[in-house]
Amino acid sequence: MTAAPAQSLEWKMPSTRKVAVISLILTESALFTIFLVAYLFYMGRSLNPPYPSQVLTFPLFATIALLSSSFTIVFSEMALHRGNRLAFHFWWALTIALGAYFLWFTGTEWKHLIFTEHLTLATNVFGTTFYSLVGLHASHVIIGLFLLTLILVLSLLGKIPADHTEHIEMISWYWHFVDVIWIVVVTVVYIISIRY
Amino acid sequence: MNHETLDDNFQIPPPERIGAERGSLTRIVQEMVFTVDHKTLGLMYIASGLLFFVVSGLMAVMIRIQLAVPRNHFLDPDVFNRLFTMHGTAMVFLVGMPIIFGFANYLIPLMIGARDMAFPRLNAFGFWVFFFSGLLLYFSYLGAPGLYAAGSAPDVGWFAYSPLTAKAFSRGHSTDYWTLSLLLGGIGSIATSINIIVTTLCLRCKGMILGRLPLFVWMFLVVAFLVIIAMPPLSACQIMLILDRYCGAHFFDTQAGGSAVLWQHFFWIFGHPEVYILILPGFAVASEVIPVFSRKPIFGYPVMVAASVMIGFISLGVWAHHMFTVGMTSIGNTFFAISTLLVAIPTGIKIFNWIGTMYGGKLRFELPMLFCLAFLFQFLIAGLTGVMLAIAPFDWQLSDSYFVVAHFHYVLIGGLLFTIFAGLYYWYPKALGKMPDFKLGLWHFILFTVGFHITFFPQHISGFLGMPRRIYTYDAGRGWDLWNLISTIGVFFQVIGILFFVFNLIYSYVKGKKAGDDPWDAWSLEWATTSPPPSYNFETIPEVRSRRPLWDLKHPDDPDWKYE
Repeated sequence: MTAAPAQSLEWKMPSTRKVAVISLILTESALFTIFLVAYLFYMGRSLNPPYPSQVLTFPLFATIALLSSSFTIVFSEMALHRGNRLAFHFWWALTIALGAYFLWFTGTEWKHLIFTEHLTLATNVFGTTFYSLVGLHASHVIIGLFLLTLILVLSLLGKIPADHTEHIEMISWYWHFVDVIWIVVVTVVYIISIRY
Repeated sequence: MNHETLDDNFQIPPPERIGAERGSLTRIVQEMVFTVDHKTLGLMYIASGLLFFVVSGLMAVMIRIQLAVPRNHFLDPDVFNRLFTMHGTAMVFLVGMPIIFGFANYLIPLMIGARDMAFPRLNAFGFWVFFFSGLLLYFSYLGAPGLYAAGSAPDVGWFAYSPLTAKAFSRGHSTDYWTLSLLLGGIGSIATSINIIVTTLCLRCKGMILGRLPLFVWMFLVVAFLVIIAMPPLSACQIMLILDRYCGAHFFDTQAGGSAVLWQHFFWIFGHPEVYILILPGFAVASEVIPVFSRKPIFGYPVMVAASVMIGFISLGVWAHHMFTVGMTSIGNTFFAISTLLVAIPTGIKIFNWIGTMYGGKLRFELPMLFCLAFLFQFLIAGLTGVMLAIAPFDWQLSDSYFVVAHFHYVLIGGLLFTIFAGLYYWYPKALGKMPDFKLGLWHFILFTVGFHITFFPQHISGFLGMPRRIYTYDAGRGWDLWNLISTIGVFFQVIGILFFVFNLIYSYVKGKKAGDDPWDAWSLEWATTSPPPSYNFETIPEVRSRRPLWDLKHPDDPDWKYE
């Protein structure tokens, strides 16, 4: 090549926020993988009851709630891009409500398991891996809910400038990640391990 | 991102108050605490890494004195256990990691033509979390004793195999200091690595496409990805261990159906990529130093990049070669033996490429080049013993013997530490504006290289003769006496070498001659700015057209982009 290579006039780099959030999701996925592997490894290895087949029931409504919250947050973002703040607040608040319902369900499920079924972290390896895996997911739901609520409050106070839609989009990416993880967790815990 | 908006990332000027004079101690401390500048943080990383290096190096000296002669009574067995645990943990997490992050922080923005890291405050957060995790680990000597007359510092080995860490066998809080310190350090490492990834992918100056990225930056990109994938398993291990010890969980409790082997799997899923996290920065430094001191561009740039990425991928699937003696299935043994042997291919490619770079070059034997040459030979030996240990039946014979100790010290000292020295001498003029003294550096090089081989080469032999690692003493007449004595003698050569090194760092800063912007006649962008660089790095952001941007600037009549 003898001629100078043509430099493109536009020099565009990926958004720092997006790359950072993708990296964060990657590293969180690695963390979840280890807890999932621990759960799968100890499946059917508990020395004493209760076993998953005796105490677990499929969390139908909670799963529906969490999965639909992924759709409501998309509607919310669409409203934001249209500039419709009212619809944005409505769908965003609905997302929070659905997430909160999920968390409330996990709370009641754990209360039932602990006080009625006498399954704790220390009962057997099922208890150990179940509470650590589902608890890890629930802690991410809590962080997600905190971030969602923060955005809602700031937006209602009018503290979010119009050009900060990408910041909000990043929160929704995190929330989608929490949802996807739940699909994996619910499959492993409530569908696969229920046979043991 | 265009350059106008880069103003967001500027260093916040330190607050001018409390009447502290410029250059006074309070002012310096104040600047260190408040700084978000990638160069200052990079130097703080390296300085604290060197500080921990001296402390845990002295621990190694004590270990060697104890083992010099059979039936020695220099140290008690429990003190010895704490020393090798703290030495290993500190060298990996408090010396290796911060020094490589220091290099990354200081150099990546300069090499890609950026004004700072992508997230300067996250950067400062990462440093302080690391620093306090280090202090927490060492605080165990003071904070852990107390109840039950239990031990003070952690004494379970750096990989803390279960059930040694169970509440029944590790009373008191020594293991908890280890756990919490590594959990904290992991958070800091992940934060810094995300920052490295984002900086590399999003803040490159105009024309710096991935195909023109300096190899140094490419290898750190691979390292950062390895950290964010391999560090969470370690954090998961620590969380599980805390649950086991304090909440009655049974992850690693074999009496309740738990598995001690699971700890080994989880730990080494982190632990083996960690080895590559530590050695790839060594390759990164060698890939910058060797071309400059051979006066030739790097041989086989695309192959070097491909080999680094390949090492990254393969390293995620080799962990159980640390566990051949645990008793896996023959399929498991075969898989991990083959995957481990596969790593030798990209690594071998790299060694050939460095030799290819030097071939026909006009070699200049300056300090950085000397250390890189020693690195090539030593890393070759380390690689060869690595291939030997990858063969499962061979490993059954020598696992947990001094042969393994010799192998990984050849990797981490002969490989990593030598390139760290090369890098420190190479970029010293850039960071501090003064040339390192050649004579003092040569003494450092000779004493340290000789001492290193005297110390660690005999350990191959004592390993063959059956000496297990981590024993605090041994009986006379087993054939180990001579090799251990030689080993201990070598340590003192290394200590004197390090004294020369430390003295050189200080002496050259005070008395060294001025370096100028580009003392080595190099080609990457960090040499295009002043030494030391201003806080905004570049007055005008450069535009890159080839892999050697500074060569193009210096030789407008014969630029590289004509040929690439």
